[in-house]
Amino acid sequence: MENKNFEDIFESKLAKNEMIEPKDWMPDNYRKHLLRQISQHAHSEIIGMLPEGNWISRAPSLRAKLVLLAKVQDEGGHGLYLYTAAESLGTSRDEMLNALHTSKAKYSSIFNYPTLSWADIGAVGWLVDGAAIMNQVMLQRTSYGPYARAMVRICKEESFHQRQGYEIMTHMAFGTPEQKEMAQDALNRWWFPTLMMFGPPDIESPNSENAMKWRIKRETNDQLRQRFVNQTVEQVEYLGLTVPDKNLKWNEAKKGYDFSEPDWAEFKNVIKGNGPCNKERLEARNKAHNDGEWVREAATVYGKKQMEEYAAA
Amino acid sequence: MTTQEALFKYTLRLGDNSIILAQRLCEWTSKGPFLEEDLALTNIALDIFGRGKSLLEYAARVENKGRNEDHLAFHRTDRQFTNNLICEQDNGDYAKSMIRQALIDCFDLMLYTELSKSKDETLVGIAAKSIKEITYHKRHSFSWVDRFGNGTEESHERAQKALNELWRFTGEFFEMEEADELLIKEGIAVDVKSFQAKWEEEIKALFLKANLTLPENVFMQTGGRKGIHTEHLAYLLAEMQALPRMYPDAKW
Amino acid sequence: MSDSQGPLWEVFVQKKAGQPFVHCGNLHAYDKEMALQNARDLYTRRGEGMSLWVVPTSAIVASSPEDQGSFFEPSNDKVFRHPTFYPMPDVIKHM
Repeated sequence: MENKNFEDIFESKLAKNEMIEPKDWMPDNYRKHLLRQISQHAHSEIIGMLPEGNWISRAPSLRAKLVLLAKVQDEGGHGLYLYTAAESLGTSRDEMLNALHTSKAKYSSIFNYPTLSWADIGAVGWLVDGAAIMNQVMLQRTSYGPYARAMVRICKEESFHQRQGYEIMTHMAFGTPEQKEMAQDALNRWWFPTLMMFGPPDIESPNSENAMKWRIKRETNDQLRQRFVNQTVEQVEYLGLTVPDKNLKWNEAKKGYDFSEPDWAEFKNVIKGNGPCNKERLEARNKAHNDGEWVREAATVYGKKQMEEYAAA
Repeated sequence: MTTQEALFKYTLRLGDNSIILAQRLCEWTSKGPFLEEDLALTNIALDIFGRGKSLLEYAARVENKGRNEDHLAFHRTDRQFTNNLICEQDNGDYAKSMIRQALIDCFDLMLYTELSKSKDETLVGIAAKSIKEITYHKRHSFSWVDRFGNGTEESHERAQKALNELWRFTGEFFEMEEADELLIKEGIAVDVKSFQAKWEEEIKALFLKANLTLPENVFMQTGGRKGIHTEHLAYLLAEMQALPRMYPDAKW
Repeated sequence: MSDSQGPLWEVFVQKKAGQPFVHCGNLHAYDKEMALQNARDLYTRRGEGMSLWVVPTSAIVASSPEDQGSFFEPSNDKVFRHPTFYPMPDVIKHM
């Protein structure tokens, strides 16, 4: 009886485009769905630091190094904003990290692909961040307040990321023949994994329906994917590079491109842990976490002493 | 040695100290002990890289031979780098990185405070910006030394071990050579001896508060100014310089 | 919520002198100095502020959604608290 009343309030808030806040009543499934999505999103930012971090020590100019360092740091910050948003739903960061480190939680499968050349750093910024931004812009209006506010902050900070990626691609594509080759190679390897980032086709997307109903998501996977392709083709052409898809063709009727579907079998395999770098990413995360354990213990003991002294004073 | 040559050498050395230290610090990015600290240390690495970039830009300008900061950073050999040996030492555990940082921050704050009174306007500009940054870096590293020293038995032990390992590299801070002497006379460079006692006093106080013991009668290592480094530097440079050296014609 | 990541803190940033401190987010830190430093490194990387407060989340006392009616609605009908409630003669320009 009472639950029914709460549910009405919840539904009417959604209907009025109002935000749901941490202390508001919410259906269990809504909470679960959010927790899964936000923590996955946070994990993706944290794991996402690794493939790009791979090139910080080898960035080919001092300027490029500063930019990449700032960018990877931003990703860490975004992970942090998202973890605190998820914590407002009642799960501690420890629990979330534990789920990540023991492979119980997922993260975006794109980060299981390797960054093999400097052009990959360009491609990641341009394509991967470009795809992520498309999702994130939509999520600024998501129904859960702390998540939406984190996304507003993230989008503001993210705006330079895609540009720095494209800038690298520009230098490479208009550079020496070797550089151009690296640029094309990076595009070839990142194109389809990027299209996978929007998730499986709508007809096969198990969580989409609820996410739309609860206004957690506001556009479908296929809509976002189509928009991404439409925007990106022009950017590829400017670089004088080729989209690695023979079926790519403008379709006047739908005012958009027709394109090949990514290899969804590969997608499922990477999610299952069989991507080229799944093992390395998790190992790197676990190592950092384990190496830091004594630091966290020392800080805990020190902090407790301080609090006791403070209380005694 | 002309003033110009001395100024090039001097600025280049300050730049090398910053670039090599920052290159070490950013090895921590994405591998920090927890997320907040990962971001904090990356901020510090960014400041120090920025300073190194400005210094190498200026060195290239003083040299006036058509090189730029990237030539200086990516196309010199280890024998041509003149940074202090302490900057290139491996990160080790977080205690070692923080002890290294505290020793350097304490010195750098005094150095750049003096340098901000130089007759060279460009160095004054770089110093003024650096003082603010280093004041914060020092607050950060000093608070970690205190946490480790007064934290757990393990953290205390690790911090003491790091201090014992690194102390032998601190003598180099206060070395001076012909270029320094010449520029001090011109009112451009800093006489580092003038604040050696003050540095020792602050460092002593830091470690006393942290319950750590300063090693005594340590034989001090030297060589950075002559380009004779520890084995760490050549590896660091091999990684840092790989791309520009493999594709010397490429612009990035 | 305290765990091996240290207690949770609330961060408030003041953009300019004289302006109110505005809540901008959370972080984990093990002690006061670290909370302050982390707030600086996390929430002011782009010149967002010039002064910071950090408060342990456990020290925050908050009203709950159920209180909404009893706490806040009674003030809705006290229009006389607002200056526009009082008609002014047209000739009086500044009050």
